[in-house]
Amino acid sequence: MKWVEVIVSFILTLSFLSFPSCGFQSDELLVDDEEFGLEGAPQHRSPEPIPTRSPPVTSPTRKRHSDLDSDSKIQFSLDHAFGDSDFSPAGTFSARLKTWSHGGQTLTKLRFSRNSFSDVEKEKFKNLLESDDFYRIRLPSNVLSPPGRDFIISSVKARCLPRESLDEHFVIHMEGVNVLAVNYGSPGSCPYPRNLKLPAKWSFSSHTVLKNSEQAPRAPVFTEEILGGENAEGEVVQPAERSFWAKYWMYLIPLGLIVMNAITQAMNMPEEQATGQVPAQGQLSAGAVQRGPSSAVRRR
Amino acid sequence: MAIRSFFLFILFFSSSLSPVFSLYEDQVGLMDWHQQYIGKVKQAVFSSQRAGRKRVVVSTEENVIASLDLRHGEIFWRHLLGADDVIDGIDIGLGKYVITLSSGGSILRSWNLPDGQMVWESSLQGPKHSKSFLLVPTNLKFDKDNVLVVFSNGRLHAISCIDGEVLWKKDFEAESFEVQQVIQPPGSDLIYVVGFAASYQFEMYQINAKNGELLKHESASFSSGFSGEVSLVSTETVVALDSTGSILQTISFQDGKISSQQTPISNLVEDSLGPAVIIPSSVSGIFAIKTDAVTVFIRVIGEGKLEVVEKTTHEIAVSDALSISEDQQAFALIQHASSEIHLTVKLAHDWDGNLLKESVKMDWQRGLVHKVFINNYIRTDRSYGFRVLIVMEDHSLLLLQQGEIVWSREDGLASIIDVTTSELPVERNGVSVAKVEHNLFEWLKGHMLKLKGTLMLASPEDMAAIQSMRLKSSEKSKMTRDHNGFRKLLIVLTRAGKLFALHTGDGRIVWSHLLRSLHKSEACQSPIGLNLYQWQVPHHHAMDENPSVLVVSRCGPSSDTPGVLSFVDTYTGKELSSLSLDHAVVQVIPLPYTDSTEQRLHLLINADKHAHLYPKTSEALSIFKREFLNIYWYSVEDQNGIIKGHALKCKCTGEVADEFCFDTRDLWSVVFPSESEKIVATVTRKLNEVVHTQAKVVADQDVMYKYISRNLLFVATVAPKGSGEIGSVTPEESWLVAYLIDTVTGRILHRVTHHGSQGPVHAVFSENWVVYHYFNLRAHRYEMSVIEIYDQSRADNKDVWKLVLGKHNLTSPISLFSRPEVITKSQSYFFTHSLKAIAVTSTAKGITSKQLLLGTIGDQVLALDKRFLDPRRTVNPTQAEKEEGIIPLTDSLPIIPQSYVTHALRVEGLRGIITVPAKLESTTLVFAHGVDLFFTQLAPSRTYDSLTEDFSYALLLITIVALVAAIFVTWRLSERKELQEKWR
Repeated sequence: MKWVEVIVSFILTLSFLSFPSCGFQSDELLVDDEEFGLEGAPQHRSPEPIPTRSPPVTSPTRKRHSDLDSDSKIQFSLDHAFGDSDFSPAGTFSARLKTWSHGGQTLTKLRFSRNSFSDVEKEKFKNLLESDDFYRIRLPSNVLSPPGRDFIISSVKARCLPRESLDEHFVIHMEGVNVLAVNYGSPGSCPYPRNLKLPAKWSFSSHTVLKNSEQAPRAPVFTEEILGGENAEGEVVQPAERSFWAKYWMYLIPLGLIVMNAITQAMNMPEEQATGQVPAQGQLSAGAVQRGPSSAVRRR
Repeated sequence: MAIRSFFLFILFFSSSLSPVFSLYEDQVGLMDWHQQYIGKVKQAVFSSQRAGRKRVVVSTEENVIASLDLRHGEIFWRHLLGADDVIDGIDIGLGKYVITLSSGGSILRSWNLPDGQMVWESSLQGPKHSKSFLLVPTNLKFDKDNVLVVFSNGRLHAISCIDGEVLWKKDFEAESFEVQQVIQPPGSDLIYVVGFAASYQFEMYQINAKNGELLKHESASFSSGFSGEVSLVSTETVVALDSTGSILQTISFQDGKISSQQTPISNLVEDSLGPAVIIPSSVSGIFAIKTDAVTVFIRVIGEGKLEVVEKTTHEIAVSDALSISEDQQAFALIQHASSEIHLTVKLAHDWDGNLLKESVKMDWQRGLVHKVFINNYIRTDRSYGFRVLIVMEDHSLLLLQQGEIVWSREDGLASIIDVTTSELPVERNGVSVAKVEHNLFEWLKGHMLKLKGTLMLASPEDMAAIQSMRLKSSEKSKMTRDHNGFRKLLIVLTRAGKLFALHTGDGRIVWSHLLRSLHKSEACQSPIGLNLYQWQVPHHHAMDENPSVLVVSRCGPSSDTPGVLSFVDTYTGKELSSLSLDHAVVQVIPLPYTDSTEQRLHLLINADKHAHLYPKTSEALSIFKREFLNIYWYSVEDQNGIIKGHALKCKCTGEVADEFCFDTRDLWSVVFPSESEKIVATVTRKLNEVVHTQAKVVADQDVMYKYISRNLLFVATVAPKGSGEIGSVTPEESWLVAYLIDTVTGRILHRVTHHGSQGPVHAVFSENWVVYHYFNLRAHRYEMSVIEIYDQSRADNKDVWKLVLGKHNLTSPISLFSRPEVITKSQSYFFTHSLKAIAVTSTAKGITSKQLLLGTIGDQVLALDKRFLDPRRTVNPTQAEKEEGIIPLTDSLPIIPQSYVTHALRVEGLRGIITVPAKLESTTLVFAHGVDLFFTQLAPSRTYDSLTEDFSYALLLITIVALVAAIFVTWRLSERKELQEKWR
């Protein structure tokens, strides 16, 4: 069943992509953060299975804290603009604001509800697609007191979005309650000669990921003995035993050549014994052997 | 025999190619040069010692104190004080100590004049900030101890000249008191401190020099107020200008009584134009005022009466007074006249008589005379002779004596703003400027000497001859392009607005050009040079077109003042043209497109975010139109903590139609929260960097694909609290965040926080990695981190069958609008030094492995192999990893003393390191600049593609000849033997 779906979607993709050279483009969503929430517009689910998961589970260490910490719900809006037009509301993010016992605040359980395009907006978007222009979105830089210092703007070429429906992917970089940046674009690739393609369904399937900063790995701190013991290590860690052939192939091949050469020469020898000896030096080195016969012939 | 000599040859060959990691002693100066400068001279004091070598002690704007040889201009010794230790005054005490006052008058130091050793240092504190003065009275003694008088930070100090001990001090705490002069009349025990209070009150304090007791305090108020400086016309008279700059106040405070006289300038000069300023000088009885057009010398006769002695419209410079006998003072005056300067030395009380009048031919490339310092000597006929030290507009320093330039120093090179390189002309008839070509005999002689050297037969004289021959081989300083690309021109823009071309072979100045466009003019009051760009680099027309550079400058310190462009030919140094723009220049973007004459297209962004295209030709416009939609750039607003991405929109919609002006739009923005992050460093890849391969073969025959994008930006932010000095915050409230941002889409590809770390951050970006240096507060050590970024979207192209069947995506164009699939690897290491600069070697094809060049705090350049900063280092690398060259993990980066690129030399005040690829793949050219200049060639993986400099071709020739001879001999021998065999 699943195979059939994959094949159907593959054929569909091929038929939509008018350039055959591009090859198969994977639509698979690669979720690379444990903390995420995603929600397409539920009333227009696209036929293709969107990888949905149960609401995000916070990691166990945080769960322990969450008994002490207070949660509250907040909302902030997403605005969009077509080309250079003004921004207008396009959807709402809702999330739980977690206040940690040590004073920090973070967002969890981000949900997104996208307004569907009105007819006017559809028309504008079609224009964008035709002129290969930018579809721009913006978020407040502070979710508690929007818009904060400034809006966070992100944009993508409109032609990157349409697939089956309009696929979009948000990665929101957070620092506490501040939004640093939002990476907005299609969930997959957007190959360069962007071809004009209208979406089959005028609905959005949105994927959102919240990202917080990672900790840098600490510089390793060594004690002296590790440094001192470096010499011994070389002996301790023995490389895996390799086969006889793997070890000595470089000697075996020339040896084989020499033997073969010797055999052919020995076969020739009885006939030409009367004329003289074969130079002995020729048999010693491999390089000479390969050239041996011809030079031997010339000399004679 | 033949075999033996063949072996000998092989042995010789292999020994000559044996790896040489560092430099041998006799290789110093072979490929490197080092030049020492001091910067623009602020103050000069001549050593008045009768015996010994004549010297002059100078302080400069680069915070250097130096002792120069008066005969040749060489540096005896010099000290570079820190960047925030600005020198306020210097003098010579007791004839053998150089006294310097620095750091806003809070540090007083004494240096031994002959060798520059520091004798003592005193720290002077005071109640408030003020002007600072350093006086070295000749005959003021205190218990047989000479006394220095220092006024700094609102406090007057008397300091022992021997050990720097404070003998007494006196505070001037009155809030509004601003000191203007501190006077110590010779032969008396009094010190006068004069100044203004609340800008309309004149205050005079008379102080006993023996004990600091306040003897008298007088004040008088002047309703018209004061402006600018005061000029001291005698020990008890000063001249000041009122607040409008039109009335001269002559104030005398003889015997502690203030009396004054006012003289409107219009009474003295009929056609006075605009407000005047007093030119600071200390000639008794005479002072000078300057209005926009004229300079007027005014003499004070008796009771505040003024008399104009000379009026001139020429540019003029006056020296301080030099007392040549008990009651005679001389001073020097320099006036410009077309291609000459006129030097006159006059006695202070006798304006009309000249002690000396000389004219010296002066290269107009040096600009105007900015400062004059006078010194006298006794001629052979026992009369007085005078020499003057002059500081020119281009910051050069010249000594004039007997109507000639005795020596000159190009000290403008101590303050380099930007560097670019240019190729030399292609060799052809009439172009080569090389002086002497070696003839065959000399060539042979040289090689015979070298041969002797290699066979250890050479005598010490021969060795010296070999060494000198190597050092000044004409080959390296020729004025034509060489096969290996070692010879280039370094085009250097200095703060004085002068452009220099330095030859990489020996560091000599090929040409220098004081930019006309950077000259002060009506439209452009204080022009500042900003950047250099390569404007035209001819490849197809290399034979008949000269390359040129673009100098971008602007008319004032703020970024919204209009810009000026000038185009300079790099072969001749001629300014081809210059453009005064009607818009500001905030950002210059060299585009990767050139027109048919190989002029590079540049996009200039102005303050209103309009983009202007240059050159303004229709051809450039058509090229630009083609790529219109593919041009993206970013801007960093450090103050706001915002990074924005931009793209072009359409033609400018202004009232004036301009085809070359475009509107822009914002595509993305990254806003750093102002309470937690502050941008401290942004680094991108070098535009001209070449990457040899995208794939990196790792252990066990695996392949990783480097994420190579020209549009990556590394940004480092720190906590605003932690942006101060190291140690000003605790580790808990300090952090450093490193970002990798795609500048087309604004995506954050990588973001990592280093808790407990602090700036300053120095970073370098190359290929797919970035290395940055910062301070770790928890470990109390400096740390260096590396981030490598790899492309995962191409990672599944390892299958051979996929490649065979063409199912790979290696050739498909990359669009940054695709969602990137990248992985990053990073690691941190401790590093001992703090850094001043960081760079990476770059080679022609990018094959050679890379070295990081670290400008250490000791003003040296250290080369560190990039392999030490490999994030894949582990404690126990497997055999396969070892074969790949992965070094076992250590917690700190090693500092190998042999890998100092600058070997024993120091590049004082190191500010930047520039690497330029040579044509030879193994070699890269390194130019480090600060107050000093240093240039060398580096081969990070050794010179695997050429024979070394000291390869003996003669020995090779002899070996070949010997081999051929041996072949003939053995042939003969064997023939004879065969013959004998047959006869047997």
